[in-house]
Amino acid sequence: MHTLDTLTREAADLAAGRVLPALDADEAEVGRILQICNACRYCEGFCAVFPAMTRRLSFDKADVHYLANLCHNCGACLHACQYAPPHEFAVNVPQAMAKVRAHTYSDFAWPAGFGRLYRNNGVTVALAVAGALALFLVLALALKGTLFHTPLAGNFYAIFPHNLLVSMFAPVFLFAALALGIGVTRFWRQAAPGRASSAAIAETTHDVLRLTYLDGGHGKGCNNADDAFTLARRRFHHLTFYGFMLCFAATSVATLYHYVFGWEAPYAFTSLPVLLGTVGGIGLLIGPAGLFWLNLKRHPEHGDAAQKPMDRGFIALLFFTSLTGLALLAARDTGAMGLLLAIHLGVVMGLFLTMPYGKFAHGFYRSAALLKWAIEKRRPNPIGVGGDA
Amino acid sequence: MEHAHANSVDVLVIGGGNAALCAALVAREAGASVLLLEAAPREWRGGNSSHTRNLRCMHDAPQDVLTERYPEEEFWQDLLKVTGGMTNEKLARLAIRESSRCRDWMRKHGVNFQPSLSGTLHLSRTNAFFMGGGKALVNAYYRSAEALGVRIRYESPVDRIELEDGAFRAAWVGNERIAARACVLAAGGFESNREWLREAWGQNENGEWPADNFAIRGTRFNRGVLLKAMIEAGADSIGDPSQSHCVAIDARAPEYDGGICTRIDCVSLGIVVNKHAERFYDEGEDFWPKRYAIWGRLVAQQPGQIGFSIIDAKANGRFMPPVFPGAQANTLEELARQLGIDEAAFVRTVREYNAACRVGTFDHTIQDDCHTEGLSPAKTHWALPIDTPPFRGYALKPGITFTYLGLKVNEQAAVHFSGQPSPNLFVAGEMMAGNVLGKGYTAGVGMTIGTTFGRIAGAHAAAAARQGATHAHA
Repeated sequence: MHTLDTLTREAADLAAGRVLPALDADEAEVGRILQICNACRYCEGFCAVFPAMTRRLSFDKADVHYLANLCHNCGACLHACQYAPPHEFAVNVPQAMAKVRAHTYSDFAWPAGFGRLYRNNGVTVALAVAGALALFLVLALALKGTLFHTPLAGNFYAIFPHNLLVSMFAPVFLFAALALGIGVTRFWRQAAPGRASSAAIAETTHDVLRLTYLDGGHGKGCNNADDAFTLARRRFHHLTFYGFMLCFAATSVATLYHYVFGWEAPYAFTSLPVLLGTVGGIGLLIGPAGLFWLNLKRHPEHGDAAQKPMDRGFIALLFFTSLTGLALLAARDTGAMGLLLAIHLGVVMGLFLTMPYGKFAHGFYRSAALLKWAIEKRRPNPIGVGGDA
Repeated sequence: MEHAHANSVDVLVIGGGNAALCAALVAREAGASVLLLEAAPREWRGGNSSHTRNLRCMHDAPQDVLTERYPEEEFWQDLLKVTGGMTNEKLARLAIRESSRCRDWMRKHGVNFQPSLSGTLHLSRTNAFFMGGGKALVNAYYRSAEALGVRIRYESPVDRIELEDGAFRAAWVGNERIAARACVLAAGGFESNREWLREAWGQNENGEWPADNFAIRGTRFNRGVLLKAMIEAGADSIGDPSQSHCVAIDARAPEYDGGICTRIDCVSLGIVVNKHAERFYDEGEDFWPKRYAIWGRLVAQQPGQIGFSIIDAKANGRFMPPVFPGAQANTLEELARQLGIDEAAFVRTVREYNAACRVGTFDHTIQDDCHTEGLSPAKTHWALPIDTPPFRGYALKPGITFTYLGLKVNEQAAVHFSGQPSPNLFVAGEMMAGNVLGKGYTAGVGMTIGTTFGRIAGAHAAAAARQGATHAHA
């Protein structure tokens, strides 16, 4: 029984001093809407949110945060909804969920005070990038006395010594990983999903890597500008995600080369790190460009308009990371290498600095929610509604 | 320009729901130029189709989302049973057979099917569900129609039809005359026409006008203007003008468009009392999906057209969650106070019922042996005492889904005047469903009728337009 589950959880929370606070306005709106959805259920085929909803009769804070992060904001349920505005029930699931997701990110953020960086994320990103850019440009000037130099055959370390870069990026990256890790762990604890079987983990991995829930449940994709389905968002997201992962792989391989094999950069255009970075970089150019274009054309009732700066800021960061990286690669044998390197490092630093407090977080919270769903769906449904005679 | 265009249209479709869209799509596929007039603005388009969720389908073997088999004869017997014989076998069998072969065409126009929803397992054999429900279907059809070049005008309610010897000449939207070579009427029933409902239900012995207390579960645009105009113009009608599909829904439902979610599914798990705190019907007569449709009428016959479904904590989680939270109390007296009914009478009714319960082995999935003895009216199944707080109560009122009155048709969906089919005027959907479904209802059959006769009407209208054009040029 769900009620028993709830009681048990509440008792455990009480004992552990973790009493869930009352729902705030955005969370209560999700609760209100899901009460209507649970009495209708027409959207069950679109994604995991609605089947997860039918396992509950009421929605506490943990449920609301879990379901909000399970929602991929595909828009299908809004266009299909007989209770969507202008209906007086004013049901807009993707919008209500998006608003709560912003709370999830900031409520669970570590350190706690940094959560507010999500609220003005556009400004956060702009400041971080501007600051990081200035830092590297000034640093280049301080180290070399000029931004232009005689060609250095792609030797970045002639501008910024390797150890200096490691000492700057490693702490920022580790901090980002730690901050996100702590945030998602807190979210996971509140969701209290129980143990994950290997089948559940495998399914989650599949759903994350394939973006299963952007296929609309029928394989035609999600909604963007209107009630027509499109696979564009899924494909551009794949280009972005896999482009990013290839760039990450390029850096990882280069790190191995450096520390394990003692092979120092620059690497040849045909070397593994450069090939990975080039292919990934191209994906990370086309993907974000496509996502930005889709974001501009997005139906105004999808998602939370207040989060557009965060979405676009992150998309722009990814795009410029790739653009500056590819430009650097193309011009690494010229006298502009130092300037391009400083710009690229500035953008990458901006990306790393804002990672734990921006759109990047969505991947981690959503993956956690998908894992909870994969665990939960393997258990018998606690609600045995009638009418199935 | 708009008018010049409109005047040269082959097929005019009046209405904007499932049947109208099927007609428009088929007529366009047959090469006709098509103009569709929807009375509602775009955001309310689709009529009652937006509230539907599935199509009842004949099939002789398991098919994608449909399990087992549902042969023609079984479908026909089901229809015969629910209508009590108020059906036309030829037309009914036509719709049944068509339901077995229309889904590929529906898919082609963007409709996605899915297996039955949770809580609707009883329909997994007979009904193909639309992914996302009827509004998703309506959206898909509009997209396909626009892509094929069907012209669509919203906020264009047609007041009357200009006829000449039983042939369609033009439709009038206010002062605008829209001529066409052929026409399909698919503008729904009259359930949202308050005055007409009032007249149909009349006044009861208490001097009340019961229909004043009804909610309309569907669109506010089914005002029956065209239906009335056609009948007045001499079109043959069919179906009982005083009848409508009427279910018990949450009394807090909105006046229009409450749709599926306002239903209350806990009737068979408890008792239902009227405003005098008296029971009035066997709540456990049969499975709820087979009984929900009689409760609208039962509640409509009670004083104030109101009832209260009462359950205790044992029922929690056993029924589809209602859209609004019910009144909840730890004592029967408090519950009665919250519901605004007489406390003493309510407690007495519950005590009498509790004392009459003969509890065997409760099982909501079969017609179990829990029943009452010596109580009138009896509760014949699932009778458990109401004794475990918290107690819950949901106020019920009648909700009208659709009306049965329509225009008489033949197998070509032609409108008839004094028994003679019109050469170029056809009708589909709720405006003629009464030919097949004279009374009663079974899930998904409205969409079966709408899809079948929409497609038939569209095809014959396109053919009539072609013929009309040939004659005109001859």
